[in-house]
Amino acid sequence: MTLRLRIGAVVEWLPPLVVFAVVVGLWEGLVRALHVQQFLLPKPSTIVSVFWTERHVLWPAGWYTFKEALGGFAIGSGAGVVAATLVGRFRTAGKALMPIFIAANAVPIIAFAPIFGAWFNPVSAQSKMAIAAVLCFLPVMVNTLRGLQSARPRQVELMRSYAASELEIWWRVRVPTALPFLFTALKVASVLAMIGAIVGEYFGGALNALGVTINSDAQVFRFDAAWAGILVASLLGIALYTAVVAAERIVVRWSPEIRAS
Amino acid sequence: MSEAAAAQAVVRLEGVTKTFPRGGVTALQDIDLELAPREFVSLIGPSGCGKSTLLRVIGDLTAPTSGSVTVNGKSARQARNDGDYGIVFQDAVLFDWRSVSKNIALPLEMLGWGRQRRKTRVAQLLDLVELTGFADHRPWQLSGGMQQRVAIARALSFEPSLLLMDEPFGALDEMTRERLNLELLSIWEQTGNTVVFVTHSISEAVFLSNRVVVMSPRPGRIAGTIDIDLPYPRTVETREAPRYFELVTEVRELLRSRGEHLLPEEEAVLE
Repeated sequence: MTLRLRIGAVVEWLPPLVVFAVVVGLWEGLVRALHVQQFLLPKPSTIVSVFWTERHVLWPAGWYTFKEALGGFAIGSGAGVVAATLVGRFRTAGKALMPIFIAANAVPIIAFAPIFGAWFNPVSAQSKMAIAAVLCFLPVMVNTLRGLQSARPRQVELMRSYAASELEIWWRVRVPTALPFLFTALKVASVLAMIGAIVGEYFGGALNALGVTINSDAQVFRFDAAWAGILVASLLGIALYTAVVAAERIVVRWSPEIRAS
Repeated sequence: MSEAAAAQAVVRLEGVTKTFPRGGVTALQDIDLELAPREFVSLIGPSGCGKSTLLRVIGDLTAPTSGSVTVNGKSARQARNDGDYGIVFQDAVLFDWRSVSKNIALPLEMLGWGRQRRKTRVAQLLDLVELTGFADHRPWQLSGGMQQRVAIARALSFEPSLLLMDEPFGALDEMTRERLNLELLSIWEQTGNTVVFVTHSISEAVFLSNRVVVMSPRPGRIAGTIDIDLPYPRTVETREAPRYFELVTEVRELLRSRGEHLLPEEEAVLE
């Protein structure tokens, strides 16, 4: 059983690893063969070595930005779940609020960045959290609402036959039904949170923030350092995404879809 | 009807009419029906005859437009609140996030039973529906017939006097259906419930019931009632008895005589 599981894990991980190795290999080879300029595209080996030599700057910067993203993710997702609960429960409130939510989400997030900078201290972490939170809010809210409304009518009727109250139906049927929808949204939001935090930092932020570091490195033509910063950002984005997937596997382990994957 | 007799009836419907405001459809018109304790009554009729609506009226899952419904001498609302009936639908309606035993225990949890008491009861029920050993399985790991047995165990878990079944075996293949018919009768003989059983199948209705209530559509009405005088316990041989075939024919003819306005696909149901 364990042996089969291990072989299964290898078979599952092998294709993405091979693709990754081939892409990085091609990148390295082509940059060397075609003598591509450093500022256009540095070699992966250069990026990795800068990632290591600049670790005292890049890693704390990444951690600082990651905390902003995490805060925004928690606030935006939390607000999304609360809003979905209210909108699902009170239809009229939902009809009144939905257009505002959608309109707010239709505005490119870059337009909000300077405004949030003015509302909060532009150098502070709060303004970046606010941007990340706005990005996370709508996908979580829309998916959770969809989930809360996805209970099958027969399931609700069965609960009514047991004289269940609305609260009991909500807790025993609607919430479990919504969980897989919620996790789908959280996966999307985890990636958006990192994007939001970094975009926010482009409009000003603490000197030790990742977005500020990437931006200033690029301005002084230290593109290898900028690329190393991008590597840090994407590793942290993957880490947050993976954490959400792990939580999903624990919380929704009953789902046939999760079992199959 | 004397007071005592009225109190004895498990289900009592008087002049029940149900119209749906949208389109002004009359689903049920002037239904009078009475079920004695331990009776097994099937409701049969083509689509649109209101048999499922009638079941929902008894269960207080939909309110009649007029007429009165009493269950165990109480209003249908009171009976639902008291847990006087268990219900089984065509689809097993199991919850994926609960194991088989937790699905069965759901109504018991809601009644506030303690863990140990629930465990003992669930073990009895798994034994009753012959699913011992499947307690920790997930619903989607079971076949359709097994899922339906879980639903039956759940409906019986809190020992309601009345069992409402809405085409419970309608989605199963013929062989599974016949086996579950036998199992249902054996469960019924052990538990002594009163059963209201909605079905499309003439042979199923005759095989299971004391009494078959034939309904006709538009508006939904009772076309006639046929007493099934086949002795219990019924076995595989019952399906081969001459009296069984006579009764099947009797039900079929009653359905046909009232089916002159049927649509072609409803006509096919009667074949």
